[in-house]
Amino acid sequence: MNPVIDLNNSLPLARPELLLVAFALIGAVLGAWFKDRAFGALSLLGVICIAGAGLLALAWSPGAAVEIFQGAMVVDGVGVFAKVLIGLAAAATLALGADYFTTTKEQRFEFPVLVALATLGMFVMVSAQDLISLYVGVELQSLAAYVLAAWRRDDARSSEAGLKYFVLSAISSGLLLFGSSFVYGFTGSIRFDAIAAAVGEGAGGIGLLFGLVLMLCALGFKMSAAPFHMWTPDVYEGAPTPITAFFAAAPKVAAVALMARLLYEPFAEMTPQWQQVVAALAAISMVWGSVAALVQTNLKRLMAYSSIGNMGFALMGLAAGGEQGASSALIYLALYLPATVGMFALILAMRRDGQPAETVADLAGLAQKRPWMASLFTMLLFSVAGIPPFAGFIGKLAVFTAAVAGHLYWLAILGGVAAVVAAAYYLRLIASMWFAAPAAQLQAPSGTIMVTALASAALTFPVLVLLLGALQGWAENAVRMSF
Amino acid sequence: MSELVAGLPILSIVTFLPAAGALLILLSRMSARGENVGYDNGVKLLTLLVTIATFVASLFAFAAFDPSNPAYQLQESIPWAFGASYAMGVDTLAMSLVMLTTFLTPLCILASWVIEKQVSSYMVLFLILETLMIGVFCAQDIILFYIFFEGGLIPMFILIGVWGGERRVYAAFKFFLYTLLGSLLMLVAIIFMIATAGTSNIPALTEYAQTTGFEQNVQIWLWLAFFASFAVKMPMWPVHTWLPDAHVEAPTAASVVLAAILLKMGGYGFLRFSLPMFPDASEYFRYFVFALSVIAIVWASLVAFRQLDMKKLIAYSSVAHMGFVTMGIFSGNEQGIQGAIFQMLSHGIISGALFLCVGVVYDRMHTREIAFYGGLVNRMPVYAAIFMLFTMGNVGLPGTSGFPGEILTMVGTFKVNAWVAAGAALGVIFSAAYALTLYRKVAFGVIENPKLDKITDLDAREWVTFIPLIVATLIMGLAPAYVLDFTQASTATIVQQFTGVAP
Repeated sequence: MNPVIDLNNSLPLARPELLLVAFALIGAVLGAWFKDRAFGALSLLGVICIAGAGLLALAWSPGAAVEIFQGAMVVDGVGVFAKVLIGLAAAATLALGADYFTTTKEQRFEFPVLVALATLGMFVMVSAQDLISLYVGVELQSLAAYVLAAWRRDDARSSEAGLKYFVLSAISSGLLLFGSSFVYGFTGSIRFDAIAAAVGEGAGGIGLLFGLVLMLCALGFKMSAAPFHMWTPDVYEGAPTPITAFFAAAPKVAAVALMARLLYEPFAEMTPQWQQVVAALAAISMVWGSVAALVQTNLKRLMAYSSIGNMGFALMGLAAGGEQGASSALIYLALYLPATVGMFALILAMRRDGQPAETVADLAGLAQKRPWMASLFTMLLFSVAGIPPFAGFIGKLAVFTAAVAGHLYWLAILGGVAAVVAAAYYLRLIASMWFAAPAAQLQAPSGTIMVTALASAALTFPVLVLLLGALQGWAENAVRMSF
Repeated sequence: MSELVAGLPILSIVTFLPAAGALLILLSRMSARGENVGYDNGVKLLTLLVTIATFVASLFAFAAFDPSNPAYQLQESIPWAFGASYAMGVDTLAMSLVMLTTFLTPLCILASWVIEKQVSSYMVLFLILETLMIGVFCAQDIILFYIFFEGGLIPMFILIGVWGGERRVYAAFKFFLYTLLGSLLMLVAIIFMIATAGTSNIPALTEYAQTTGFEQNVQIWLWLAFFASFAVKMPMWPVHTWLPDAHVEAPTAASVVLAAILLKMGGYGFLRFSLPMFPDASEYFRYFVFALSVIAIVWASLVAFRQLDMKKLIAYSSVAHMGFVTMGIFSGNEQGIQGAIFQMLSHGIISGALFLCVGVVYDRMHTREIAFYGGLVNRMPVYAAIFMLFTMGNVGLPGTSGFPGEILTMVGTFKVNAWVAAGAALGVIFSAAYALTLYRKVAFGVIENPKLDKITDLDAREWVTFIPLIVATLIMGLAPAYVLDFTQASTATIVQQFTGVAP
């Protein structure tokens, strides 16, 4: 039982969230006043505030888990770990987006504000300690995301993406509420610790399991795990690319961290029951994410399937159960994020004659025209494919280790096979860059994009490989402190 | 000389010197104003110097190494994450393969002088490849081993795909995915072993396997997972089909490295992991491996006989020769394993040299079709003589390095089962048939193809490339004891670990 703190004394512990709230509100007012002229300044401020919120969460993290707002939220290791990742990823994608929208002259001030609100939603998700704050976090994140998906409202594809995302996501929110009501009904509480206690005493039975499975389905939808992934390729393709980059990065961390919390805190006693469900989600995601990507030619659809497959691997860690399972999923995400952000930065950078590169064939001959971009992209791709010596391999190693330790041998072997299939389509991109004859000249990438891509690549290799011991220690401590 | 390297992390120096060279080239590329011929030549020269320096460094390591000591030597260890550590160390088996690698790489760079496209990228990849290859043999931590083992796929994939022949993209994909599938199964097995034994250190794992031991039914699964990786790498029949494609399409130097060093990782893996760590399973699967080896020897030799492409012929002959290696390894006795190690080293030199021989005429005529050539001895007498020597080595003529390995593996196998050895002996006859036929068609007769009228003999660069190989082949053939005495210590240890009794 963690110490619970009342409302007044909670505020200092919620400073990262308050910073985001302040920025979103002030940004909305300033934007209403200055209109879109405020875009540049607000974006810059947004990057600082969002990254700052993530880093401050780390700097101000308490030594032990503390429940704030009378037990509605918790400040603990896993929350802080996830907040750092979310803050940095959201800030990086915001910076990329600001740069991109300046090029395309779509400087609308709502962009940084919406990103900040979505980030706030994710912060609430990862520190939820009861079913209400869980739902509020998910919805806050989702509502901001719907608007972002439909960012180009006069573009049919973007509007379609927004509408599709909204309708399907609304159904999943319904499932989440429905599942929550079952959980509440069978355990008599919305608080995670009370649910855990009730589960420990053997409450619930089939009804509780029903509720849990519904909640897992809804969260599977939010993290785009197969078979709840149908929206992902369409939304990724339709939304403007920097917004796709945003979707591919931070919300995944939030959803996985939330699922980890749900499984390991209130339902820890039901591990054998949910293990099957999560393992199935992982297996289907890994296999479908790899196989379906093989036939994609559109870069963004390909990235969508890539993220589906990667969520499968993260879920393999969660399915393993135990401290090792949770920490391996966190490590996997920490290594998946920089590679994803970096790849999107490079995809954004590739514009030919003012038109963005959209298909695999558009990458042709990149190695000859822009060897540095091609080398960075190649490193990032090998990293997500999990080939050593790049950091992504360590992520795979962590989740495989967890799966073997959890005796899920079939899942580990299936993951190995899926990783080979996935390697095939990552290699297609690399082959296009290196082996094909160059197409038209690319425009020079902007500074922001190259800095982001370089930083991501550096995080992928070799910096992170060297600092891996520290990352592993951090993830394990976080899990030990939280669950 | 051993005092010179005392206190230095000599294995790390040998391993990462090429990578440092690669970094240097990358930095120079940033400051260079576009790539031009002068810059490209500078890069080639720098790469050559770096690889020679690596060879010299490995000589220092060799000098500091005590071949009579069967233990791991020149050890280094830095703790890392996941209980793994950056641990390096070599025994005589690993040391001999490290020497083979550092010896061949400068020759590969010399053979790459003809590369004109994206020179600096080529050289960077080649240097990274060398680092990864040396690392495989030096790694003393199984995770570190896997990182080097698997990482080698990346530069090779790009080398084949960018600088290869016509079907290079297909060959590169096939090479990568084939080997990756085998390796990932091995990775799962590695993770299981670490979880069971509680260590990822190779000597400690061997110790665990020798004292506590993995359960027999577990051993069988682990053995199969490792086999999936090493059999593909080796390559053994029937999972060898990536090799002819990769060999044919790869640029000359990459073919050399592929045949001479990358294939040896399979044999190294069997000797380092399969026999000492899963002795019961190795015993259990012995005849399975024998069967595959004999099929490989006979079948690949017959297939080689029918090839129209010089490189493809040599590729199939590699499959056959690797059959001798696997057969020798799983005979599990001293002669067999000594012969297998010798055969690996000898094949490294001879097949490398044969690919270079093909490269010489390919660079001039841009075709590898056997029928295109004929009567080369008239215009290229020196080339014909050198090609003859290595053809004889490939056949296993006494006096060349090809002979001791083949005879020892067959003696070792004979002690286990005479019929298997007899089957393998068939392969020796077949190898004479295809190798001599190739030689006759290419070198002898009169020049009938008018395009060959202007072909020139070896130039100075090619001379320099071949001389070390000729010397090595003859020394190993005439005085095999130098090598056999050197590898003796490791062999004795492996035999003892496999059979449980000291030889």
